Amino acid sequence: LCHGAGGKATQTLIEAVFLDAFDNPALAPLADGAVIADTHAFTTDSYVVTPLFFPGGDIGDLAVNGTVNDLAMCGARPVCLSAGFILEEGFPVADLRRITTSMAAAARTAGVHIVTGDTKVVQRGKADGCYITTTGLGAFHHDIRPGARMARPGDAVIVSGPVGDHGITIMLARGELDIEADTVSDTAALAGLVDDLLTACGPHLHTLRDPTRGGVATVLNEITATTQLAAVLDEDTIPVRPAVRGACELLGIDPLYVACEGRLLALVAPEATQTALSTLHAHPLGQDATVIGHLTDDPPGLVLLRTTFGGTRIVDLLVGDPLPRIC
Amino acid sequence: MPGKAHSVSTERVRLRIRVEGIVQGVGFRPHVYTLARRLDLAGWVGNDPKGVFIEVEGLRAALDLFLGDLKGEAPPLAVIDRVATTVLPLTGDRGFHIADSVQDGSRRTSVSPDFGTCDDCLAELFDPADRRYRYPFVNCVNCGPRFTIVTRVPYDRSTTTMARFPMCGECAREFADPADRRFHAQPTCCPDCGPVLSYTVVDGADRQVLAQGEAALQRAVTAVRTGLIVAVKGLGGYHLAVGAEDEPAVRRLRDLKHREAKPFAVMVADLAAARTLAGLTSEAERLLADPRRPIVLVPRHAEALTAPSVAPGTGEIGLMLPYTPLHHLLLRETGPIVLTSGNISDEPIAFKDAEALNGLSSVADAFLTHDRPIHIRTDDSVVRIVAGRATPLRRSRGYAPEPLALSLQRPVRRAVLACGGELKSTFCMVQGDRAFLSHHIGDLENYETLVAFTEGIEHFQRLFGVVPEVVAHDLHPEYLSTKYAAELADVELAGVQHHHAHIASCLADNRERGPVIGVAYDGLGYGTDGTLWGGELLIADFTGYVRVGSLTPVPLPGGEAAIRHPWRMAAAYLAEMDLTHTPPVQHRHAADWDRVRALLKTPAHSPPTTSAGRLFDAVAALLDLHDTVAYEGQAAIALEQTADPTETGAYPAHIARGDPPSCNGNLPYPGPSLLLNGGELVRAVVEDRRTGTPPEAVAARFHNGLAALTVAACLRVHEASGLTTVALSGGVFQNRLLTDRLTDALRRHGLQVLTHHRVPPNDGGLSLGQAVIAARRHP
Ligand SMILES: [Fe+3]
Ligand SMILES: [Mg+2]
Ligand SMILES: [Zn+2]
Ligand SMILES: [Zn+2]
Repeated sequence: LCHGAGGKATQTLIEAVFLDAFDNPALAPLADGAVIADTHAFTTDSYVVTPLFFPGGDIGDLAVNGTVNDLAMCGARPVCLSAGFILEEGFPVADLRRITTSMAAAARTAGVHIVTGDTKVVQRGKADGCYITTTGLGAFHHDIRPGARMARPGDAVIVSGPVGDHGITIMLARGELDIEADTVSDTAALAGLVDDLLTACGPHLHTLRDPTRGGVATVLNEITATTQLAAVLDEDTIPVRPAVRGACELLGIDPLYVACEGRLLALVAPEATQTALSTLHAHPLGQDATVIGHLTDDPPGLVLLRTTFGGTRIVDLLVGDPLPRIC
Repeated sequence: MPGKAHSVSTERVRLRIRVEGIVQGVGFRPHVYTLARRLDLAGWVGNDPKGVFIEVEGLRAALDLFLGDLKGEAPPLAVIDRVATTVLPLTGDRGFHIADSVQDGSRRTSVSPDFGTCDDCLAELFDPADRRYRYPFVNCVNCGPRFTIVTRVPYDRSTTTMARFPMCGECAREFADPADRRFHAQPTCCPDCGPVLSYTVVDGADRQVLAQGEAALQRAVTAVRTGLIVAVKGLGGYHLAVGAEDEPAVRRLRDLKHREAKPFAVMVADLAAARTLAGLTSEAERLLADPRRPIVLVPRHAEALTAPSVAPGTGEIGLMLPYTPLHHLLLRETGPIVLTSGNISDEPIAFKDAEALNGLSSVADAFLTHDRPIHIRTDDSVVRIVAGRATPLRRSRGYAPEPLALSLQRPVRRAVLACGGELKSTFCMVQGDRAFLSHHIGDLENYETLVAFTEGIEHFQRLFGVVPEVVAHDLHPEYLSTKYAAELADVELAGVQHHHAHIASCLADNRERGPVIGVAYDGLGYGTDGTLWGGELLIADFTGYVRVGSLTPVPLPGGEAAIRHPWRMAAAYLAEMDLTHTPPVQHRHAADWDRVRALLKTPAHSPPTTSAGRLFDAVAALLDLHDTVAYEGQAAIALEQTADPTETGAYPAHIARGDPPSCNGNLPYPGPSLLLNGGELVRAVVEDRRTGTPPEAVAARFHNGLAALTVAACLRVHEASGLTTVALSGGVFQNRLLTDRLTDALRRHGLQVLTHHRVPPNDGGLSLGQAVIAARRHP
């Protein structure tokens, strides 16, 4: 079950099963999307979320925004999407209509068209309401191909807004916890924001990632594992909304590991840090963007957190669901 | 018999003798030399990487005496593991000499721990006529730095951080004189040739040496007396020092160090000074005066003049006596000082000069430092008297890296490395029939500590010539030590369950092999069912275990958050026991109480645990001692301190039958597993509190109740298994009241009890247990 938490178990599964079977040059980098003929980006993602409707969004806009963002993180402008539905027998039509309506709205906002689709209905109990798979095609309008491999020592690590809103909202929306949910999912399409960044920073924009499953900590661990660089974060600079922080404290969760669906991490050359920040600040989705750390070449492959008191804590890739380590 | 002796009196023999153990750097060659000269034997003695080699030739009677005195009159710091002799043909050589060190072959020698200044050196230090009068680096073959300055083996001046100080003529003469106490004392030095003390202030990037030598010492004395914080370079790292009776200074040190509440250790000049601060048993006095010089936890006198902030909220105080000449000089003029590790918050103690001067400049007003480098960071050791014997809580300076003799059936063929736990981490290597347990490394989540862990392992491999083929680790997938093990190449991995390792550690500590009834009570450890264990009854030996019982599981609301906030455990236990009464702790957390109760119902956020430590937390919160803790174990320590040791009442609790026991290995067990209902103890606490029973009595009745519950469970396991020995391990057995009660009761029932005395019961001893299990399972 912990194979979906976005940590090491997921990675091991991907490496063991899929890389083995489908090995080819476009797949190898394990980025969010694949580059085709150097002109287009191509990506697919399946969406499973409980509950289907939550403050700030639903599975429909999540499925559109997630795939749009995967294209955007490759540096591509999304062109069109396909959508596949798996529905459990008896799934209310009204709910389906609500989902498709929000998909359409999200696609409009992101400037993409949903051009093809498919629906399958499975027996009651064989699925949990509604699953959606979206596939996206994007086109490159710039020469820049941001990726983990472009990251360099000295790069600033920028996050486009507060972390953890989506993941915490989902946990609270399940209704098992007695918390007045004062949080809203951050789900949003980041294509426009990325377009602005690419234009403003050009080749100084080295890497873009959306910290979805496993959050900022997991994405940075993936980058440092690829590059054998270190990411050093400053605890005091990491933006977390008070409501999210409060819920994290109650649940005993580190917000660095909580998913976002409308935030990006940008690794930017030091000379372009200010440009990147002012570009982000000028966009409605990047108003709270901030530098949370930087890359160095030592110690290779680690993500470190400078704590408020000057300690250096290792922010490691989680193997599975976190259990306390204190004896 | 007389006739027989007569017939061989003129027979000459030549022997080759190998001595293994701690025989380098402790004056062993001079001992051999003196002995051989006295008995008129010819030959030589030398060091090689395996230990000491000797060839001697002479009358058989003299050789017999030689072999007897070799062991019987060995220098105080020597530890002889083995002496092997071979007869050689006579060569007729004359005279006895000390040969050069030989560097090859596999290493069996041990590096000595660091030892406190000996009486002879102390006398010189304060003798105005001595050439080392008031010289802060005086040492001899019987005392001084060892492990902390050794860079390689064989042990020689050139392989220590003293290599940079060429000896002056007089020191060289002493070093070469077999009759001198400094004969081959590798770190020997004097004011003419040795390290120099300096008093330095740091202002940003600017460092200014304000004074050197005696003047530096005097500046430091004045600084401490006027309430300043002085960083003092010791044997294994930097300390921060302030006057122990100076409340504003101690308070300021706490603020700057970001150390809210964890007690500070105090150094006093001598036993007389110690007696003014605390009640000392003869065992406590022996430990304080031991040349290993641990911090000893002792009951503080109510009227002691130490500042309240030294050890807030506890009736104990950690005392130690000076262990370097510098400490002796300082303490004679300052009076008792707080001497706490030179770090900020949870960082490891600073030991490299540049890092210390940078890292500690936000805390220290000045630095009393010197130019003899420290090669290995080593914290002060801590001991407490539990169940009548000295129990290490932290085994480090003065003890590490002394090898521990083991009780294995046979020496291991393949060397073992055990990677230990996550907090209070140590590692351990087993080679042959000895275990090299590392010094205290610390919390691996901290990056500098993880570096010290990996570098420490490499250093031990070089020092002791160990090439591990089997690597043991905990089962917790997120421990950084587990991940370290997983990434090693070309080794066989051996995952060892946390509480099995605790019990094996206690067995190895006592040179037993089991099987025993093991009681493993601690905070948390990863169980084979993926839940968090911590209140376990095992039947165990080095080959395996059966989990024959545990505390009844309760949810841990919010995982690590529940560990930081003991009040959450109170909420968890009240919900578990369906208690509707509203204790004060609930009123204090009215806003969050229902949220935490809701959390209890979501297993994803409330993993079940059988932890004994969390049971203590719940009771401490119900007694209004600690709702939140600033350091590990704080609530449990307060609960023990609160308990009235004269109270004999005990809360009752039941044992239920659980599922058939889960096992690992082939140990037979016919009985059902036992569920010890800790919740009933909590219910009794709540009842007693409601009727106004004083907390001192409640805390004691809880301790007594848990001891009685544990005894009852042990007796059932004893009846079902026939086993008659009980081993107590895990961090909870740092608790003297519980351990004493449990030990007494078990013994009254005719059971033998094993507690820790060579390695800590907490996770600091875990790696030893992992190592012996791996050695047995992966021969
Ligand atoms: Fe433990
Ligand atoms: Mg995705
Ligand atoms: Zn001495
Ligand atoms: Zn000298």
